[in-house]
Amino acid sequence: MKLDAQIPSGPLAQKWDKHKFDLKLVNPANKRRFDLIVVGTGLAGASAAASLAELGYRVECFCFQDSPRRAHSIAAQGGINAAKNYQNDGDSVYRLFYDTIKGGDFRSREANVYRLAQVSASIIDQCVAQGVPFAREYGGLLANRSFGGAQVSRTFYARGQTGQQLLLGAYQALCRQIGLGTVRLHPRTEMLDLVLIDGHAKGIVVRDLVTGEISAHAGDAVVLATGGYGNVFYLSTNAKGCNVTAIWRAYKKGAAFANPCFTQIHPTCIPVSGEHQSKLTLMSESLRNDGRVWVPRQQGDQRPPSQIPEVERDYFLERKYPSYGNLAPRDISSRAAKEVCDQGRGVGPGGLGVYLDFADAIQRVGEGTVRERYGNLFDMYEKITGEDAYQSPMRIYPAVHYAMGGLWVDYNLMSTIPGLFVLGEANFSDHGANRLGASALMQGLADGYFILPYTIGHYFASAKQPKPSVSHAEFQQAVADARGRTQKLLSIRGRRTVTSLHRELGKLLWDKCGMARNETGLKAALQRIPALREEFWHDLTVTGAAEGLNQSLEYAGRVADFMEFAELLCLDALTRAESCGCHFRTEFQSEDGEAKRDDEQFAFVSAWEYQGANRPPVLNREALAYEAVHLSTRSYK
Amino acid sequence: MDLTLKVWRQKNANAPGQFETYPARNLIPDMSFLEMLDVVNEDLVARGEEPIAFDSDCREGICGTCSLVINGVPHGGRAGTTACQLHMRHFRDGQTVTIEPWRARPFPVIKDLIVDRSALDRIMQAGGFVSVRTGGAPDGNAVPVSKVDAERAMDAAQCIGCGACVAVCKNASASLFVAAKVSHLGLLPQGKPERDRRVLRMVQTMDAAGFGACTVTGSCEAVCPKQISINFIARMNRDYALTLLRGG
Repeated sequence: MKLDAQIPSGPLAQKWDKHKFDLKLVNPANKRRFDLIVVGTGLAGASAAASLAELGYRVECFCFQDSPRRAHSIAAQGGINAAKNYQNDGDSVYRLFYDTIKGGDFRSREANVYRLAQVSASIIDQCVAQGVPFAREYGGLLANRSFGGAQVSRTFYARGQTGQQLLLGAYQALCRQIGLGTVRLHPRTEMLDLVLIDGHAKGIVVRDLVTGEISAHAGDAVVLATGGYGNVFYLSTNAKGCNVTAIWRAYKKGAAFANPCFTQIHPTCIPVSGEHQSKLTLMSESLRNDGRVWVPRQQGDQRPPSQIPEVERDYFLERKYPSYGNLAPRDISSRAAKEVCDQGRGVGPGGLGVYLDFADAIQRVGEGTVRERYGNLFDMYEKITGEDAYQSPMRIYPAVHYAMGGLWVDYNLMSTIPGLFVLGEANFSDHGANRLGASALMQGLADGYFILPYTIGHYFASAKQPKPSVSHAEFQQAVADARGRTQKLLSIRGRRTVTSLHRELGKLLWDKCGMARNETGLKAALQRIPALREEFWHDLTVTGAAEGLNQSLEYAGRVADFMEFAELLCLDALTRAESCGCHFRTEFQSEDGEAKRDDEQFAFVSAWEYQGANRPPVLNREALAYEAVHLSTRSYK
Repeated sequence: MDLTLKVWRQKNANAPGQFETYPARNLIPDMSFLEMLDVVNEDLVARGEEPIAFDSDCREGICGTCSLVINGVPHGGRAGTTACQLHMRHFRDGQTVTIEPWRARPFPVIKDLIVDRSALDRIMQAGGFVSVRTGGAPDGNAVPVSKVDAERAMDAAQCIGCGACVAVCKNASASLFVAAKVSHLGLLPQGKPERDRRVLRMVQTMDAAGFGACTVTGSCEAVCPKQISINFIARMNRDYALTLLRGG
């Protein structure tokens, strides 16, 4: 496989402008001849579907939820970054670019990240025009707050519900197009396969989750905006429905999968309370603006937090990273929390927790101000734990949160399959080995509003492919395959439930490929996963029928793909014999326990290529060339 | 703790439904209501029976997917709480709990506890937006917005579209849902140019979809997981009346 990232030539700051001019256009009258398939209606999918329809393309839009508004972008809390420099504190496009590249531990592409920083300002303008009720100052101008991994305040927010408000903005733009008849919406419809004709992506196979009917849909291009795969770990902050199926099916049809081992573990989540736990809940990183993270100095200190005097507390982030303190990036903060818990200084049940304490902030600015800033988060904490965080500190622990890895895409957001575009969390493009807070919303909307609408036309204008039809043999075959898979899942009739197998897989991954990884553990996981997969296909029980609504069947199909994907994730982690960002290999660390990168050997994107069911995938390497930034050891001290 | 559940089971939209009784055993106070149902479902599947179908996704109170009437009250009756954020510590050992789907004519049952809420999407498609296309928006700070208006708009914009307001209303009115969107956008300068057209279209679509009229009992506000105020309904009614007076 030849990987060509299609990075435009010229100086970094002019690449995108130059590229926009070089891209071929589709005449307005011809746009309506193109049918586009958009899968997923989160920030990336909804913004893309709406923007493409506004341009004149005919769009078919699919989501597994009952409404596009429920996509998991809705749950993002803290904010969205943009290089507006409204605060006069030294921000610029270059600084946002640099913070993002450095935050990603120098494992992302310069040109992509620079473009992201460039379009960030337009996103805020667009969202304001849509009526997104961002927080404002008394003078009527937009307010900002600071976020992890940055020393400027560039984060725009709408209370603790920024993702909700941005998604509703994109959803409303999408609703407008549906009302105009330019987008056809297919809710409660799940993609089961991708269809290629002559090597180009030409459609998808879906299951109607209400009737159970499996059908094919053809289009001139396919856009996947299907989110991340964090649920491979079973417990994560993702919604229950989040899955890898769409991008995994595309991988098995030839799309390269990039950096699957880059999975972000978020430092501030509510700790696990028991075996019944179905998901983990994030407490926004914005809390670290005012909350101080600490554990007792003494191992096994069982005293309640209020009885531990100041001198017997270890504010470990402030101690280890004095210049960023509690705002150290996510990977570093998570690892630091794990370290103190491993030392036996963790708090709460099982010792898997650290305190996030607001006592100082409440004393400094008053409980009213803290309530105004984070009230909904404190309420959520109280609902889940039954504890009042205004009175005693929150207990938090890291949890799987975001997938930096995803399908490989070039500068045009096209995968290695021509005509298959991948947006948002589903692609690998901008965050390297660690994503900074408030950057996921930025990337999803950049891809959908401001990048794909330019690049997709170029594909149509240059590829000049014939119009596909679902009567083509490839479609018939893909439909038959999907029906066969469904029948196979239903016919096993074993003894184990989908949940029990998924939970076992997740625990294995968390132990062997979670916050810390090493060769021994990864090899053990690579041994165990095929056996577990075998067990899945021989001892699974799925009740009900292929027809009609069947949630066990939906879930089984998703877990079947996780069972395959988990192996690639571990293989990638084993192959990357360095530590970088979230990927911490215990064999590769500095004396003070920080990640030790190996730029000589690993300054590349892993792009895995499927070779068939019984053959190992091939690793392709896209070398990362740095022209503008100097590769340095990442320090937040 | 143990509970006895009386759960609405219905094979599909056309089949008649009925209550079935199930024991829910070995529950712990930290479980959410949906995690309790997960446990019951694991038992059912292990016995080869079909699990209880219910909708959920984010399980942190923001996506608006979960939709259970618990002991007669949508989302279970704890202030500002969705069913997924309702925890078992609020139930008593040995209690009998009934669980039903949203019941309203515009929300037909799909299966068991799952209903079709696409009527709410259709109302949004009729006018729940600002007609701006991507690109060409002025600078975000070009139009100042008073903090008071922005905060009030946000109070309304918090609606998660779950439909509890419809489910609890004796008239199955979607007024709180529509009023929240009409107010959110109407309060902001960006939404003002389309204010008349928006309220007219959204209200007409709501009526056409079979939602009933509002008689201001306030039950919607009481069950709204985002505690959206019925004052917004007054605002919508005023906007609607003024629009009609102006000749639509």
